[in-house]
Amino acid sequence: MSGHSNYEPKTGIERWLDTRLPIVRLAYDSIIDFPTPKNLNYWWTFGGILAVCLGIQLVTGIVLAMHYVPHVDHAFASVERIMRDVNYGWLIRYMHANGASMFFIAVYIHMFRGLYYGSYKAPREVLWILGCVIYLLMMATAFMGYVLPWGQMSFHGAVVITNLFGALPIVGEAITTWLWGGFAVDNPTLNRFFSLHYLLPFMIAGVVGLHIWALHVPGNNNPTGVNVKSKEDTVPFHPYYTVKDGFAIVVFLILFASFVFYNPNALGHADNYIPANPLVTPAHIVPEWYFLPFYAILRAVPDKLGGVLLMFGAIAVMFVLPWLDTSKVRSMRYRPTAKLYFFIFLLACLILGYCGGQLPDDHVIPHLSTFTLIDADLNSFVWLSRFAALYYFAYFLVILPILGLTETPLPQPESISAPVLSHPANAPAGAAASPEKRG
Amino acid sequence: MRPQTKGSFKVADTVVGANPDTHAAGDDPNRRDFIHIAAAVAAGGAVASLAWPFIDQMNPSGDTLALASVEFDLTKVELGQQVVIKWRGKPLFVRKRTGAEIAAAIKDDKADLRDPQTDEERHKPGKAEWLVVIGTCTHLGCVPTFGGGDFGGWFCPCHGSHYDTSGRIRKGPAPKNLAVPDYAFLSDTKVKVG
Repeated sequence: MSGHSNYEPKTGIERWLDTRLPIVRLAYDSIIDFPTPKNLNYWWTFGGILAVCLGIQLVTGIVLAMHYVPHVDHAFASVERIMRDVNYGWLIRYMHANGASMFFIAVYIHMFRGLYYGSYKAPREVLWILGCVIYLLMMATAFMGYVLPWGQMSFHGAVVITNLFGALPIVGEAITTWLWGGFAVDNPTLNRFFSLHYLLPFMIAGVVGLHIWALHVPGNNNPTGVNVKSKEDTVPFHPYYTVKDGFAIVVFLILFASFVFYNPNALGHADNYIPANPLVTPAHIVPEWYFLPFYAILRAVPDKLGGVLLMFGAIAVMFVLPWLDTSKVRSMRYRPTAKLYFFIFLLACLILGYCGGQLPDDHVIPHLSTFTLIDADLNSFVWLSRFAALYYFAYFLVILPILGLTETPLPQPESISAPVLSHPANAPAGAAASPEKRG
Repeated sequence: MRPQTKGSFKVADTVVGANPDTHAAGDDPNRRDFIHIAAAVAAGGAVASLAWPFIDQMNPSGDTLALASVEFDLTKVELGQQVVIKWRGKPLFVRKRTGAEIAAAIKDDKADLRDPQTDEERHKPGKAEWLVVIGTCTHLGCVPTFGGGDFGGWFCPCHGSHYDTSGRIRKGPAPKNLAVPDYAFLSDTKVKVG
């Protein structure tokens, strides 16, 4: 999408079209001839996997909308009808429901890859921010989609999430009433959630277009984090990465299919097969797994507004990450200290996710009571959440800003090709490995 | 008439300058500037005034606002129990409190309360046994369970808020007491809510 184009129309029709709408040229330049670093590993295949996920969600979602009825009296029954009576409805719904989880698995891997290899650093800040926007839109879409079956978890999930906005001072109540279209989550709420659930994926698709555009200006980052220096450092996207991405997509689809066909409800919650009852909240209300880390942060704060602000802050902080990390070295391959903190960060996110699924006052180590600190036993999930949430924010706000100024990174290779050529396996007989050490 | 009109045009021309497209910085706005500003203001005003209907359509509609108030027959509630009815889409707790529960609530009037209210302020005068509150946790709107928690009132299963027998928040993340709706006793055995 940038720079010069190597596209040469071969047929008369292509020439004719190229002077009127150069769409074949655009496709050629972005997915055939696009120069891509030759050292991308499998962590780089998740962009393609995510595009497939979005496509699956769009197709299955449009089909489901042909059979679903967005009304409090009919929604639950219409979903059951899809499952039992609509031809292959069970398959399409299970693809859509599990597809959401697969989408989030892929996006989390994609994000952690960006964090590890410094893909958010200059000149890719806008690329990273657009990714954060996509992630926010995905969360909104997934949340509203989960409400549509109008089961117990759907309903009370909607109640809890919309009430988050009620924590805002002064305008909070007006905003929740506005979101609900009434005095509680009810039919108007379901109706508008359906409308927006249908809209947002197309907005995601639009931002994905911008995301790819922003990617194709500086080109891909790569595992070394070193800029592309010459043509030697790249290969054309096709066939090298169409095949590599294609292979990864097939492997990913095997995982996807194993959930759809062998354990389609493993990632859902049994209570959502109970029709919504506004008068009874399920004893243990949890969001879908992909929201659990943020849910744990929400519950870690013993103050309503504070919890809400911290939860949204956990996402907001990602938007400013390019300006928080002070290190000029992109890839953590050459930042041993940062690498250590990164893996602790990964662990903290997993711990938060685990805590989000547990009851706050339950003991982490069973049958062990220690002492009460502030409002809960120290050996409780709420305290574990607090420590993990503290690390989550410290990583962004303290560790990355300071570490970039104090750490001593390892020497970076001169180019993408250098470490490959200097590898002992590739060295010609008699040549010394690691030419950079010869001074 | 005619020459006069012509004359006034001439005057206008000299005021705004010969070329309406360009003028140096610091000059007064010319006629073209005025047209640009007026057009932008008109378009902006039109968009802004149209935005409100598109925002306000999401607020509660007329039929939703017209939801009738409910009347409730108190004889359905046994001593020490509560009945949950639906009012404006939300659960409403009607609880007939025992003497012990009332005493516990009054005793805690002087306790360290997050949202200070005496028990007296939370029921109708002389009707201490009847507590009518909106059954949504003031934290995030879950429905607290009857009789649970450390204070014998309600316990919210979502995030662990404890309410006492007066529906006051005592422990956990909720900021406020369970709300008391507008209601009135129509007779000794009947209340009207809303």
